[in-house]
Formats: sequence, structure tokens, C-alpha cells
Amino acid sequence: MTTKKLNIQEFLDQDQKKDLLRLLTAGSVDDGKSTLIGRLMADSKMLYEDQLEALHRDSKRVGHAGEDIDYALLLDGLKAEREQGITIDVAYRYFSTAKRKFIIADTPGHEQYTRNMITGGSTANLAIILIDARYGVITQTKRHTYLANLLGIKHVVVAINKMDLVEFSEERFEEIRSTYKAFVTQLDIPDVTFIPLSALKGDNVVETSDRMPWYHGPSLLDFLENVHVSSDRNFTDLRYPVQYVLRPDIKFRGFSTSVASGIIKKGDEVMVLPSMKKSKVEKIVTYDKELDYAFPPQSVTVTLEDEIDISRGDMLVHPDNLPRVERQFEAMLVWMDENDMNLSTQFYIKHANNNTKARIDEIKYKVDVNTLEKSNIEKFKLNEIGRVVITTTKPLFFDPYKKNKQTGSFILIDPVTHNTCAVGMIIDHLGSENLPSRITDVDKEKIALGKSLIKTEERVQQLNQKGETIWITGLHGSGKNELAFSLEKKLFENGATAVLIDGSSVRSGLNRELDFSPADRAENLRRVAHICKLLNDQGIIAIASFISRNESLRSQVAEIIGEDRFHMFYMDATLDYCKNNKPELYELIEQGKTSNLPGVDLEYEVPTNAKLSFDPVKNEENLDAILDYLAQNKIYPNH
Amino acid sequence: MNEYSLTNLRELEAEAIHIIREVAAEFENPVMLYSIGKDSSVMVRLAEKAFYPGKVPFPLMHIDSKWKFKEMIDFREQYANDKGWDLIVHHNKEGFESGVGPFTHGSKVHTDIMKTQALLEGLNIHKFDAAFGGARRDEEKSRAKERIFSFRDKFHQWDPKNQRPELWNIYNSRVQKGESIRVFPISNWTELDIWQYIRLENIPIVPLYYAKERPVVDMDGSLILVDDERMPKELRDKAEMRMVRFRTLGCYPLTGAVESNATTIEEIVEEMMTVTVSERTTRVIDFDQEASMEQKKREGYF
Repeated sequence: MTTKKLNIQEFLDQDQKKDLLRLLTAGSVDDGKSTLIGRLMADSKMLYEDQLEALHRDSKRVGHAGEDIDYALLLDGLKAEREQGITIDVAYRYFSTAKRKFIIADTPGHEQYTRNMITGGSTANLAIILIDARYGVITQTKRHTYLANLLGIKHVVVAINKMDLVEFSEERFEEIRSTYKAFVTQLDIPDVTFIPLSALKGDNVVETSDRMPWYHGPSLLDFLENVHVSSDRNFTDLRYPVQYVLRPDIKFRGFSTSVASGIIKKGDEVMVLPSMKKSKVEKIVTYDKELDYAFPPQSVTVTLEDEIDISRGDMLVHPDNLPRVERQFEAMLVWMDENDMNLSTQFYIKHANNNTKARIDEIKYKVDVNTLEKSNIEKFKLNEIGRVVITTTKPLFFDPYKKNKQTGSFILIDPVTHNTCAVGMIIDHLGSENLPSRITDVDKEKIALGKSLIKTEERVQQLNQKGETIWITGLHGSGKNELAFSLEKKLFENGATAVLIDGSSVRSGLNRELDFSPADRAENLRRVAHICKLLNDQGIIAIASFISRNESLRSQVAEIIGEDRFHMFYMDATLDYCKNNKPELYELIEQGKTSNLPGVDLEYEVPTNAKLSFDPVKNEENLDAILDYLAQNKIYPNH
Repeated sequence: MNEYSLTNLRELEAEAIHIIREVAAEFENPVMLYSIGKDSSVMVRLAEKAFYPGKVPFPLMHIDSKWKFKEMIDFREQYANDKGWDLIVHHNKEGFESGVGPFTHGSKVHTDIMKTQALLEGLNIHKFDAAFGGARRDEEKSRAKERIFSFRDKFHQWDPKNQRPELWNIYNSRVQKGESIRVFPISNWTELDIWQYIRLENIPIVPLYYAKERPVVDMDGSLILVDDERMPKELRDKAEMRMVRFRTLGCYPLTGAVESNATTIEEIVEEMMTVTVSERTTRVIDFDQEASMEQKKREGYF
């Protein structure tokens, strides 16, 4: 063996400087995946002699490789799995060459083991997708590629195996390559490499094969040794999620964690989330020495110049580069539990050293991992994947997974079994303009189910009115309330039973914790819609006067109340009119003292489906018009 | 490599420190199991690093089978003393008093009573909800599949078929009362990584790892050290002085020595790279039965 001649000091000094490549292999025994890994490990001379001996012994007894050494037996660890001839869980393998160290997450290929592949791939820089040259691109190939893509793996090696069984045909290789390419363009994998090989015979695994002279690329091992992965990390956006607060004595207060992304430097101005307080990095402390800067995935301890209250789960960031701070987001979710998803469960969520609770509000769709087709579904079962909307109890500090794996990933834990029942990759924050998403499918069902013993007709008969909602939309200061209050008074005088709801009446009590952010505005309206619905169910007319700034919000409101009970009117006032009519808020926003005012810094969408539009200066005429409308539609009076 | 990349050892170190801190942050009552071996020594150093300049916020526990090499115990005492560690030493009193040992009861019974049972007893007495172990995935096949946070039921059993998914560096620490997690912060280290790290960091290890003239007896191909008088006299009489060292440390009657001239870490690594006999072979317990480590792990042994 050549190692005998090695200068050991040199070897150690060199070895210690190698970098680490984590890779994922997925495939079933039939693809020769275990054989390939066994071969990589054996041929890179890291197999210990006694393991080899045990291998020869085991191969004779339970091997599936005939006369050849069954490399797969090296890998299938657990007893049950060995007997079934299949790799069930994720197994980690280690080998090292002169250039690099490797950690292989070796996972099974069948669809029922999707969760295992997801587990193994979560830390991988690179994935090897195995294709049997005889069968080409099959369903499993697509599934594995999709999952690698989902996990954000940037480098994929398509290992076209068993080339010996197709006479090392270049034509066959090219055929498979073009089929795969056509498929992979739908996804987002920047680096795809094709290598024809025979794991069993060793062609193009470690040494390039002379049986495929038409192939001019590297052998698999050569490629793995040289592929450039260190730039795959995010060094741009500083995210320092505090993992542990270190207070050995009164003098020292350090905040420890593994840097999630970006670079933290001594002297940097940092902002603490969620308190938004600012300070400067005083020191970066490690056992070995103080550092001038730290980068991912270093585990360090930082001290700040100012005394700020910081606990586990808080995040240090640069003030000009903030993550999303929200309670709601959309994510691709993989269901990992034997038990089906239950939408009413309040899960524990663990994200960037933060623990809180979470609910799945809505399933947008399920993805068929074999065809990539999307479909609607009520709940997920084991191994199912899809897009969901999640709401958490306290805000999380996150980025989309594509931009930042560390702050874009989370796990859901079942509150009863404590199993990790799902894992997720945040897609993007849920645009506030698309809210309210808190109307879940479950809500819709409940809306449909509100049943009373008194029939609607009976209420109409008794009250001489239909319990429906008069919804007035328009800018702040447009004169909505003037109309709404006059209408309430007129209806009262005429003998109708009506209730008026406007912003100040709900915001002073029921909704007092909500602010004027788009998300809270949406939540405010959701609650108002539910009040209207309750009133209408009792046969009472609801008059609601709300800005309700866009179509999406208004249609959600209509959906809650019931489309046929929802009558929308638009107060069509110019912005100048509004500013003149109610100047206070408009002045504040001009002075930069407030924000989020529709018509100014939030868009107001003029409704296209209002029953009537009003000119605010003609309040009397408007009132008559709306009363006429009510009479014509037998809302009041009914008889 | 650019200025923002880590060597493999520093990356493994960062990963281990992250894991150790996570346990300290999320569990009420963790303990670090300390076997006195080289892997434990590395793990302890990583814990010191994790909480520097503070002290490690949990105790060490050594499960003493009462058949450890004398040099191990001496090393343990010295080391814990020098470092000011909070060290718990636990042994199975009942087993010890009824004289259980490998020579009289065989390796299986001895391991079960003096190691596995003693460990479970130690964990139960102190109600530890998390226990660090220095196991590595490259040691043995069933370990290759074990999670870093390895869930144990209230009987401390591992169910290889029902492991919690473990993704990214997000670890699930939730347990019910009585359940616990075994945590393996150096899961991803190889034997070579351990030696490299010991060399790089100057970590003290038990001298038994270095070759020296020692009295050994050849028992069925394993070279067993004559460490005390409990070795039956007929065996002791066959002892001869040979230049040997130990690749792993445990109970002396169950741990075979290898013939070697390696007296420095460099020589040990050189020997490892050229002789290449994987380390667990020198542990007699693995030979008991097929897939025996998996069996032992299911029962609660690491």
C-alpha cells in the first residue's frame, strides 16, 4: 500500500485542511445504489480489512450479487433490513480521499420512503440521482429530482448506471440525457452533470473507463472531489439566531449560536429582533481566540456594547437587511408522520432556535411527487407534500428557503406524540394584499353549518325584513359614515332593526389589539364579517362602514357573510375631497408619523361590482337611493 | 478555499458545539456520559468550547463497570480534578457485590449488568432527560442509522424503525416525563477525525493508547492485559511482555490490545492508515451474536 511511504506529518497537515462535502444518494437496491457507494468507499481505500473480510463471509450467505462481492451488504445496517435486502432508513457513510472528506446520506428510493430521503437530503450539498441505463428516466427519477430541488440542493449528478448492460452505448446515454434535461428544466437546479458508469464493474466510478471512449468527462469520484460548493452558503444576509445566552458571571453576557448566514464583524451595528434595539458587536469570543469576524456555520459567542435584554430565539441582524418578521407565511410542507394531518391541531413549531405554536390555516395544494401535478386535498398523509399557509402564535424571523436554508426551514412537532410530524420550507411570506388567509377551509365548513331552530323565513315574517348586510366601502374621509349613520337613523324611524358597525366601534373594544398593518386590517375585516354574519343569521340588518381597500378582502368578507346577503356600496370620493373632509390622518402621514393608509401608501382598489356608487356631497339623494334599493330587494320592508 | 470556508474538522467542531448548546438550552437536566476514552475526551473538550468563558452547565457521569483498566480510573480522577469537573461515578452495586465479572459470568452477562443496567440505573437515579454519548456513526453499522438526537422511551429503549425525522440542524427535544434523548454530538466524526483533533488541540488521553511493553495473555486471539489479580491465575501464568497498545478502552478482560510500536499520535495514525483493522474488532462484545450492537442499543446500551 502506498500509504506506507507517506510522510505522516505531511499527511496529517494536509488531511486536516480538507473540506467537507455532504452528499445525498437516493435509489433502490435495483439501481445499484448501495453497490455504487460500496465501490466508492472500497476503491478509495478507506475500507478496513476486517470489514472486507466480514463482507466476503456475509456475501456468500445472504448476498444478492452472485459470485461478485456484494458491496451493498456493507451499507445495509439494521438486521431487518439486511434480511429484506433493502435499505430502510437513512444511513450515513464516511470516506475520504486525498482532496476531500465526504459524508454520504444514503437513503432508500421507494415512494414510501420519501420522508427518509427528505431527512437525508436536508444537509446535502449535492445529490446523486441513479438511473438504470436499461430503463432510463422513470417515475422514481423524477421524484428524486423533484425532492432534491425542493430541498434546494444546487448540484445534481445524474449517474447513469449499468452501462455494461447496454453495451456502453453512447446513443443510449444521450437518449437518457436529453429526456432528463427536458424534465429538469421545469425545476430550479443550477448544476446538473451526467456521468455514464457501471458501479458493479467499476467503470467511471473512480477511474475513467476505457470502455466508453466517447465519454470525455470526469469519473464520479473525480467530479465529487472537485465540485465547487463553498459558495452555496449565504454570506450576504446576516442572521444570528441566538441559541444560548451565556452568563457565567455578572460581567460577561454573551450570545451564542452557529451563524446562520452572512458575516458578523466586530464593531458591526446590529439590530435585535423582535425588540428592534440597536447596539454594536463588542467582541466575538471563542475558546481558541477572539475573532474579527465569524461566518456560517461557525459556532461563536458575541458580546454587545450595550446592555440589551436578549433571549434565546431572538435574532441579531444588520439594521439595513432585515428578515421577514411575521406570524404568517406560506411553505412547502412534507408530512412525515404515520398519523394523518389534522387541521385543527395546534402544533409546536421549531424554527431558527425559536419555539412557538403553529396552525396550518389552509392547504393550497398537494403536489404529486411523481407527476408534479397539483391537486386540492383536505389533509396530508405520510410522505405527501404540498403548499400550505401557516400561522404562528408569535412572529418568526424568516427568509424564503431558496434564499436562506437556515432561516427558511422549520419542523412541526405533534403536541401529543411529540413526533416530528412535518417539516417545511418557507416559500415566501404571505403577501398581506392576499389576506385574509385566516379564513380556512375549516371556517368555511363551519360557516355552512351554522344552524338554528328558527327558520330564516320565520324571522323574515316576524321582523318584516331580511337579515342582510349593507357594506359601504370608500377611502378614509370619503363620507361613508355620514351615509351609514343617516341610514341607521332612517331605518330605525321606519321600524326596521338594524345595527351599525364601523371602524371606531370595533377597534375600541373587540379588535383593540389590532393595528393598521395590512395583516391586521385584514383580520379586523374578518372579524367584522363574522359579526355581520351573526347579526344576519338573527334576521338583523347590518350596516358596515369600512374602507375595505381591495377586491380580495371584500370578496372574503362576502364569502363569510354569504354572497347573496352581501350588498356593497361605494362612496366615490376624490382623495382631495377626503383630505379636506377629514384632514388629521392625511396630515400625519404626510409628516411621516403614520403609514399604511389606503389611497396614500396602500393601494385602494375601486370596486367594479358595487350595487351603487355615491357622490359624497349628495347625502340626501344617496340615502333615498339606498332605501329604494332595500325596498326593491325586499330587504326592508319585506311585505 | 476562500476566507469564509472551514476545514472539515472545524466544520465538525462547529456542528458539535451547536448540538451541545442546543441540549443545554432545551433540556432541564442533561448529563454527559464520560467513558474516559479518546472520543469522550474530544467530546468534553467540545463542551468546554461551547460554553467558554463559562463553565460547562451540566455534570459528567462515568459508568464504572469496576473492570476498567486501572490507568483509566487514575486518568479520570486526575482529569476531573484538574479541570474542576462536576463528575458523577456510578456503578451497579448489586452486580458488584454479587461479584459479576467477565471471567466468571461471560461478556454478555457482565456487559448487561455492569454496563447497560448500571447506565440505566445511573440515568434513572438522577432523572436525566438528556445524555450525551461519544458514539460515532462510522464505528458500526447500526450506529450509522442513528439520529444525533436519539429518542429513548421510558425504558431507555431505542426503536430503530421508529426514529424521529431529523432535518437540517433543527433538533426535536420534546419528551414526556420519563422519556429521554441520547445525544451524539460527534456522530459525524471518523476515527481519523478524532485523532486529528486530539493532535490539533493537544487533548490529553489515557496512556494505554500508546504502545508500551505490557503483560498480556492471548485469549482466543485477543491480547488481554493482566491488569489485576482478578484474572484467573492459570491465565495470568501465560502472560508475556509484549509491545502493545489499545485502540479502544473498556473493561480490561473484554478489550484486546494490538501489537504496536506507535508511541505518538502521528505513529498511531500511520499505523491506522496502513494496518487498517477497524477499531471495534478489538472489543470482544461485538462478536457475541450477529448484529449484536443493534441488539444492545435496543436494550438501552449506547
